[in-house]
Amino acid sequence: MIDLLLRLRALIAKELLSVLKDPSSRVILFLPVLLQSLLFGYVATYDLANVPYAVLDLSRSPTSAALLAKLDGTGFFRRVATLQSQAEIAPVIDLQQALMVVQIGPRFEQQLLAGETAPVQLILDARNSTTAATAAATLGSVVDTFNQDQWLQRGGAAPALALQTRAWFNPNLETRWNFMPALIATLSMLQTLLLCALSVAREREQGTFDQLLVTPLSPMEIMAGKAIPPMLIGLVQSTLVLLVTRFWFQIPMAGSLATLYIGLAAFMLAGVGIGLSISALSATMQQAERYTFVILLPMMMLSGLSTPVAAMPRALQIATLVNPVRFGIDLVRRVYLEGVGLATVWPDIVPMLLVAAVTLPTAAWLFRHRLT
Amino acid sequence: MSASPCGGASSSGFWARLLALTRKEFRQLLRDRSSLTIGIALPALLILLFGYGISLDVNHARVAVVMEDASPTAVDVLYGLRLSRYFTPLTVRSMHEAQSLMAAHEVDAILRVPSDFTSTLSAGQGRLQLILLGADAATARVIEAYVNAALAQWSLVNNDREAGRGAVAALAAAAPYGRVALESRMWFNAANTSTWYLVPGLIVLIMTLTGAFLTSLVVAREWERGTLEALFVTPVRPTEILLAKLIPYFAVGMVGFAMCLLAARFLFGVPFVGSLWLLVASSVLYMLVSLGVGLLISSATKNQFIASQMALLTGFLPAMMLSGMLFDLNNVPPAVRFIGLALPATHYLDLVKTLMLAGDVWPIVLKDGSILVAYAAVLLAAARMVTRKRIA
Repeated sequence: MIDLLLRLRALIAKELLSVLKDPSSRVILFLPVLLQSLLFGYVATYDLANVPYAVLDLSRSPTSAALLAKLDGTGFFRRVATLQSQAEIAPVIDLQQALMVVQIGPRFEQQLLAGETAPVQLILDARNSTTAATAAATLGSVVDTFNQDQWLQRGGAAPALALQTRAWFNPNLETRWNFMPALIATLSMLQTLLLCALSVAREREQGTFDQLLVTPLSPMEIMAGKAIPPMLIGLVQSTLVLLVTRFWFQIPMAGSLATLYIGLAAFMLAGVGIGLSISALSATMQQAERYTFVILLPMMMLSGLSTPVAAMPRALQIATLVNPVRFGIDLVRRVYLEGVGLATVWPDIVPMLLVAAVTLPTAAWLFRHRLT
Repeated sequence: MSASPCGGASSSGFWARLLALTRKEFRQLLRDRSSLTIGIALPALLILLFGYGISLDVNHARVAVVMEDASPTAVDVLYGLRLSRYFTPLTVRSMHEAQSLMAAHEVDAILRVPSDFTSTLSAGQGRLQLILLGADAATARVIEAYVNAALAQWSLVNNDREAGRGAVAALAAAAPYGRVALESRMWFNAANTSTWYLVPGLIVLIMTLTGAFLTSLVVAREWERGTLEALFVTPVRPTEILLAKLIPYFAVGMVGFAMCLLAARFLFGVPFVGSLWLLVASSVLYMLVSLGVGLLISSATKNQFIASQMALLTGFLPAMMLSGMLFDLNNVPPAVRFIGLALPATHYLDLVKTLMLAGDVWPIVLKDGSILVAYAAVLLAAARMVTRKRIA
């Protein structure tokens, strides 16, 4: 037993050395994670800010000015142009100078005073459909408030019906709060998987793997020695993203660190299993790299990182059941934001352990049986 | 250029050597199945996933409805919500039950009608409570907007009804005042489906990935194995080596692009408003850019481990996160927007979206096109420089 541990320790030390001895490897394993978590934390937002818009106000009346003042008052929009004619609308949108044009007709005020419905046209550049839809909805609520105010000013009764909204776990519904915990799992998975995939392939390519096979180490021991160092590196990467999430972006953490790390360890184990299986199948590093990407991209797409799993068709939702990234993201989000314990997240942990239980022995078996 | 007396012969030698090298690279490419996997299978897989799996549109959000007051008025207020295709309402008996459903993520929101709803509503103080699951902020916001819109609709109808009954009729008659109505028109994507705007993003992603992943190791592995130094003692020049690496992978990359185009047109029905040749020309440029990124990484690092990590770091996530494919760069802080705008993927995405959805908007085509030309030239020249320096 002690013998085994000594052998394992030697192999793990050798593996860690071979990755970390090179200064550029150290840099590439730890610096990009930090930079990416900072950058992506800022970019991951669906909230409007600074949306450029143009106005074509043919009415030029105090009422239309009041409506536009309400629009500017939201702070989401920035007026970049005041147009004089309809012919100017197309160029402004085509050239992306403005994301939307608000067009107010010449009879706007008269229509309102006559008790008629006064249309306001909104033309949106839907090349980016998400922003366009959000902008349209925001403008809709600006118009609703405007109508309400006019109604009240003229002695109308206050609205009888109001909606009180509250959100669990993310009070201001900030995209970043969902995105950063997901990155704790995802960012480390990307590089760790590749690290594993390259590890055996590199030894194969350089011919040292055959030497490893003739040592007293059994395939299972080689597998453990190859699996543990990338797991440790992955956990360090996750910790870096966790620190950025907690202390740079100041997103409060509701759950316990112990639960989070148990979950992350299971997640890494599954990732390492997939990586080592790819590695054992590949003859060269180039093959290992390419097969990794072919596996990694669908795993990311079907993970719920950027689009919710619930919005996928049923067949693909079933496909996500073998995807550890899907469970890893769900686990970190729930532990971090919702503060749940192992009693709640075990359904996330079990599938990850199952993936590990299949892939790790497969990799160990392939170490010997791929010899050609 | 050439100071040697046999200048003409050397230029014909260039073509002969390039042809020989390219033939060798083609053979190597075809021999290794992984090249075709990444060049053809990966695009096919991503196309299918994107087309059928990935959607940003919220449909059938599950909402638990707690009717503590089940009066006809309350039912009337909620009627609009029940008809909407965006919601799948689920009536539960108690708030407690609803909360445990939401804790288990079985529902995305709880809509509560308090027990005193009818009486407070007739006193002009009606309150409904909406509790959203913040675990997915984007979906939660959409649900909030839909519920608000449905209730506003009810209020409008109800106001008119009240007015008709005479309660406010006197007021309305004394000072008639109209309503502002918003008419939104979505240019370039009338149905506003996320597919139309995700497909250009998909094309950018595939072009970035195949380019970077195909070439990121091809030079580094020759450095590691020493075969590149062996090549240097032959009359072959660095430019010829790089070109020979570029040509076969360019061909594979363009096959992937052709698959994307066909899928976009015939599978997803994305309109091609602009001209096809401009789209192809800009994609040829971008393929050169992304192969250039891979080649530069490969020639500069000379180490397969570093090169593949760099390809992963520069290829996948930045192209998805910072190019405007998922997140609008208008909404991010200026420093981050600046980084996004420095990526060639951002400009290629802008081009593809404009050419597919809006048409040949020449100022945009020229601006983004010249940025891509500059990137391709700089990257390929840099790869060439790095390779030359090491021979001496």
